[in-house]
Amino acid sequence: MEDMKPEHIVGEYKEYTLTYYDGTTRKVLVTDIETPYPDGKLIVSTTDLNGIITHANQAFVDMSGYTREELIGQPHYILRHPDMPKAAFREMWETIKSGKTWRGYIKNLRKDGGYYLVYATVMPNFKNGKIVGYTSVRRKPSRRKMEEALRRYARMKAEEENS
Amino acid sequence: MSFQFTVSPDFPPTRLPSWYLFNTWLQKSTGLSIHLEMFPDFESQREAIAKDKIDLIYANPYDAAMLVREKGFIPLARPKDRLDEAVILASADFPYEEVEELKSGMRVAVANDPAINLLGMMMLEPAELHSGNIEVIKVDSYQAAIRKVLQGEADIAFLLKNSMMRLSKLVQSQLKTIVESQIGDLYHTFLASTTLGEHAETIKKALLDMHNSPKGREVLEGLEIPAWEEITPEETDFMINLIEALK
Repeated sequence: MEDMKPEHIVGEYKEYTLTYYDGTTRKVLVTDIETPYPDGKLIVSTTDLNGIITHANQAFVDMSGYTREELIGQPHYILRHPDMPKAAFREMWETIKSGKTWRGYIKNLRKDGGYYLVYATVMPNFKNGKIVGYTSVRRKPSRRKMEEALRRYARMKAEEENS
Repeated sequence: MSFQFTVSPDFPPTRLPSWYLFNTWLQKSTGLSIHLEMFPDFESQREAIAKDKIDLIYANPYDAAMLVREKGFIPLARPKDRLDEAVILASADFPYEEVEELKSGMRVAVANDPAINLLGMMMLEPAELHSGNIEVIKVDSYQAAIRKVLQGEADIAFLLKNSMMRLSKLVQSQLKTIVESQIGDLYHTFLASTTLGEHAETIKKALLDMHNSPKGREVLEGLEIPAWEEITPEETDFMINLIEALK
């Protein structure tokens, strides 16, 4: 996946290098600007078994700042924010690969370096008893629960960096 | 042999004659014998579905998901430009303007529409409201849900957004919208059971061509549907997965 480009970033940014589960790395540029999650909006996307985006609805395009063409075919971790601990996603993948639904709070990175906060439901899609892909639905989170989750993620992140 | 056709019981009573006109049109256009069976509520319709007594159905997204996944129904068409979105309404003098101001103990009037109720509950989540800390008042129609709000017997009501268009100006002025969904991926669907065999394709062709004849257009107008359009298996899968994730 391509590194984030300074010309796409709005505002002052910090640079991080993220390493994903598959060993690939990406330079991400991050600002402190939040895009508030609109009431009633639902982001919906589907991925294949490897987490490659196969379908993205308009809300996904609007909130992420990417075009649909830029999203389809990319790994879902294109949205990974450096404040999110790896353990949160490890737990999510273990849950959905075992056929169960995962629910949790996520800070997502936008193309412009800003972020948006969501409550996500990720579930496996079955066909003839086999998992054929995953669907993720994101909606506006409770502010209090989101803040709790962000504090927990900050602690988990610090532990990951110290280990 | 006569096929059994039914319609999701979430339309206003005034539209009932239009569905009978539609069924007459469908029989003439396809040469098939089709009996329209209307059910007063979702429960009795589901019982008929469970007993495999339905061959054709115009279903809400929630039931469409169940019919495709559990009963093998085949999507034939969907109404053009008619998305299913939900609205949370309150009376105009309700003290709160936004979802996040709503408090536990809210009295919520809900018509028995599973898709709209799923969306309504989803939109209450930012206020940390759920079935355990609200009072759900079940009514049998959207009109009854609005009456509950206007009479002060409910604080808010869940409604199908399209049903708002039919409210009089006077009633609309007595209500306010707290929030409405912006999903863009949910719609009613016209589905056929596998019992229809090759006739399913005949019906699909008739539906997709319906807006091209004056008579077809007239019937569609009565249903407030501009035209039928094709729905791909991928779009159906996407809608079903969305409904499943919201459950």
